[in-house]
Amino acid sequence: MNFYDLANPSFFLRLVTRVLPWLVAITLLLFAAGLYLAFTAPQDYQQGITVRIMFVHVPAAWLGMFCYGLMAIASIGSLVWRHPLADVSAKAAAPLGACFTFLALFTGAVWGQPMWGTWWVWDARLTSFLVLFIMYLGIIALWKTLDDPNKAARPIAILTLVGALNLPIIKFSVDLWNTLHQPASVFRMDGPTIHPALLVPLLVMALAFTFFFVVMHLMSMRNEIYRRRVRAMRMRAAAAPSARASLAETNKA
Amino acid sequence: MHWITALFLRDFKLAVRVGGGALIGVLFFLAVVTVFPFGVGPDLKLLARIGSAVLWIGALLSTLLGLDRLFQADRDDGTLDLYLLAGRPMELVVLVKCAAHWAATGLPLVLATPLFALFLNLEPIAIGAVTLTLVIGTPALTLIGAVGAGVTVSLRRGGVLLAILVVPLSIPVLIFGVSSATAVLSATASFTTPLLYLGAVTLFAGVVGPVSAAAALRYASD
Repeated sequence: MNFYDLANPSFFLRLVTRVLPWLVAITLLLFAAGLYLAFTAPQDYQQGITVRIMFVHVPAAWLGMFCYGLMAIASIGSLVWRHPLADVSAKAAAPLGACFTFLALFTGAVWGQPMWGTWWVWDARLTSFLVLFIMYLGIIALWKTLDDPNKAARPIAILTLVGALNLPIIKFSVDLWNTLHQPASVFRMDGPTIHPALLVPLLVMALAFTFFFVVMHLMSMRNEIYRRRVRAMRMRAAAAPSARASLAETNKA
Repeated sequence: MHWITALFLRDFKLAVRVGGGALIGVLFFLAVVTVFPFGVGPDLKLLARIGSAVLWIGALLSTLLGLDRLFQADRDDGTLDLYLLAGRPMELVVLVKCAAHWAATGLPLVLATPLFALFLNLEPIAIGAVTLTLVIGTPALTLIGAVGAGVTVSLRRGGVLLAILVVPLSIPVLIFGVSSATAVLSATASFTTPLLYLGAVTLFAGVVGPVSAAAALRYASD
C-alpha cells in the first residue's frame, strides 16, 4: 500500500470499513477516560468548578485550527498532485472545522461570563477565532454554490491556502496584542505552566477529540464519495435517455 | 503602445464608463458616511473620535461593492480566454487589471476622503492621516479582493458570497489602517509602526493576490 493506492476510492472505502470500528472503539475509550479524569480533577483555586470547561474548550480550539491546517494540506494535494481524495478530504473537513470552532467560541463565552464577567471581548485571539469561523462558513457556502464538485475543488483550494495565511496570525496574535486572554500556557519554550493534575486530563481529552475528529472525517469522506457516485450515475442516466427508453421497451416486451 | 499600457487604459476606460463607473462607489461611500451619524448620534466629539474608522469602513464596503466587476465582464464575453491564450503571464495581467480597477474605483474614494472627513468633524491632522492610510491601504483591499473575484468568477450572482469571502481576509488591512489613522489623535500610540505594517500587507497582497487570482482564473476557464 502506498500513497497512490489511496487515490483509488474503492480501496479507500475498503480501508475505511476495516479501520473504522477500531477507531470508534478507541474514541469511546479515550472519551470515557478523559471525562472521568476531567471530573475527578481538582478544582482550580481561583476558577473553581468552571475550570472543567477548559477540558472541552481547549481541545475544540486546537481542532478548530488543526482542521484548517488539514484543509490547507489537502488543498496543496489537490492543486499539486490532483489527488482525487484530497478534494474529498478538504470538502469533508470544512463543516467539522466549523463545528469545532463554534464549540470553542461557545464554551469560551460560557467560561468568560463567570471569569471575566462578560460573554465576549474583542480580544485578539477571540476575534481571530471568530474570523476563522466566518472563513469556514464562507468556504462551506462556496462548496454549496459551485455545483460541480470536480470543478469547485481547485478554486476553493486556492482560497483555503490564501486563508491559511491567517492561521499564523491567530496563533501569534496573543503575543502581538497581549490583552485580556491569557497567553499560551501549554506549548511554551520553558515548559507548561499548567499544573499536571489539570494537564493530564486535558491531554487525554485532546487525544479523544482528535480521534473523534478522525472518525467523523473518515465517515464524512465516505459519504462524499458515495454522494459523488450517485451524482455520476444520475448524470449518466440523464445523458442516455435512449438507453432508458430501450430498457422500458424491453420491459414491455 | 506596450501591451501593459494598452490593457491598463482599456480596463480603466471600461471601469470608468460602464454602469455609473467611478462615481457609483463614491456615492455609496457618501451614503455610508451619512448613515453613521444617524446611527451613533450627531455628537461632534464622538464623530471626531470614530471618524477615521467610519471612513475606513466606508472605503472597505465601497471596494467590496465593485469587486465582482473585476473579472466578470471579461469572462462573459470571452476576453478572459484570450488573455490566457495570448501567452502573457496571467499574474501580470491580473496585477494590471487590479491597478486599473483601483485607479477607477479606489482612487476616487481616496480623493473624496478629505471632503467626507469634514462631515465627521475630523481634525486637519487626522484628515491627512486617514487619507494617507487609505492611499496605502485601498490597493491591498483591491488585490485581496481579486482572489475572491477570481474564485467566484464562474458564479452568476457571486456578489454577496464574494464579499463574505473577502472580508475576513481584509481584516489585517483594516486593523493596521485604522490604528495608524487614529494614532495621530493619541499621545502614546505610534503612527509609523502600524503604517509600516499596512505597507507590508499591501506589498504582500501585491504578490499573493495576483498569483492566486491568476491560478483561480486558469481553473475557471477550462
